[in-house]
Amino acid sequence: MFTEKEIWTALEVVKDPEIPTLSMVDMGIITKVEVRGESNVYVEMTPTFTGCPALKMMENMVAERLKEIGIETIEVKTTFDTPWNSNKLTERGLLCLKKHGLAPPPKHEGEITMELLEHCICPHCGSINTEMKTPFGPTLCRSMHYCHDCLQAFEQFKPVV
Amino acid sequence: MNVTAIKDLLYKMADDLLIIGHRNSEWTGLGPILEEDIAFSSMAQDKIGQAGALFEILHELGEGEPDTVAFMRDANKMHCSQFVELPNGEYDFSIMRHFLFDHADQLRFEMLANSSFEPLAQVAKKIKGELKYHVFHANTWVVKLGNGSEESKARMQTALNESWNYALGMFEAGDFEKELQSENIFKGEEALKTRWMANITPFIEKANLKIPDQSTWEPILGGRKGYHTDYLQKLVEEMGEVFRLDPTAQW
Repeated sequence: MFTEKEIWTALEVVKDPEIPTLSMVDMGIITKVEVRGESNVYVEMTPTFTGCPALKMMENMVAERLKEIGIETIEVKTTFDTPWNSNKLTERGLLCLKKHGLAPPPKHEGEITMELLEHCICPHCGSINTEMKTPFGPTLCRSMHYCHDCLQAFEQFKPVV
Repeated sequence: MNVTAIKDLLYKMADDLLIIGHRNSEWTGLGPILEEDIAFSSMAQDKIGQAGALFEILHELGEGEPDTVAFMRDANKMHCSQFVELPNGEYDFSIMRHFLFDHADQLRFEMLANSSFEPLAQVAKKIKGELKYHVFHANTWVVKLGNGSEESKARMQTALNESWNYALGMFEAGDFEKELQSENIFKGEEALKTRWMANITPFIEKANLKIPDQSTWEPILGGRKGYHTDYLQKLVEEMGEVFRLDPTAQW
């Protein structure tokens, strides 16, 4: 019988479909793992954004992974019991975002302000001489910025409360 | 818990989001600049997703499947305010409606984050954070365009004048205001309107625009009770056109 810790470890290989360097565990969207018996596992997930279109796909990816390690009875449920916010990204998750060329979200104190969004750190050169072009981007979780030092556009994984 | 009152509240919120979401999506491919095209498309996706989450709660309370409820009802069965169903018009009106609507909706979800109806409180905690970005976007453009050229300023003032009574209609009292308040589910439309006024006023001032004189205020009501402009029926038919071809199809 698997322990919960072993299930969490097994799920570390399941990556975000849009950011292939980032695991769903590090993203903080897997909120609960329960081993309910021999070969019976229950997993709870929560979306980064309510309208995230990748949600069903991610549920299936989690179920596939559990099947791969030999679990027979699998239930994956999406809930808002513990809603996601960007502080839930792990330290490793923040590094993965950077590796993918995305500015990681700054830690917030429960409030998002314009100041927090402006001048985010450029993931290419580390400068803070940057400006936000628009709070919306190619996916719901990203905003678009420009760096005045290395003259490159970049995206940020948005801070969300 | 008064389930009838909760359903009434959820339906009007979900319908507002569904319809304004579809209106936002009509800017996809037509935005005046690429960033704005993306902004309205992103907000559309957010809002329709948020509507989906509310329809999901309704489903758990015994209402139909979310897709069926969203796409099979005719206009007279919908509870959105008339404000959100109006056509997009030009960019001035779209931005002004976005500003007036999103301030109200963001506050509504902020209030509901403390609701005694737990499933709604949980979803509201999530949605209020997402709507923050919509409000930022609206504030930026209202202030920018209000302080732009003579033409942009005049257009924004006209848009505000034309929107105003429709915007007041968003706060049409429901049949269950007392029940919702006494059970700590929702503090009510009047409380929401007061907070909304306090929040929008500084931005309207910053934009050098004027709220229409109070003597002209006449909230346009009826939407919450199923009375709509002719625009809504056309919209729901278009929105549900594919779904209605074969409601049992697997997507």
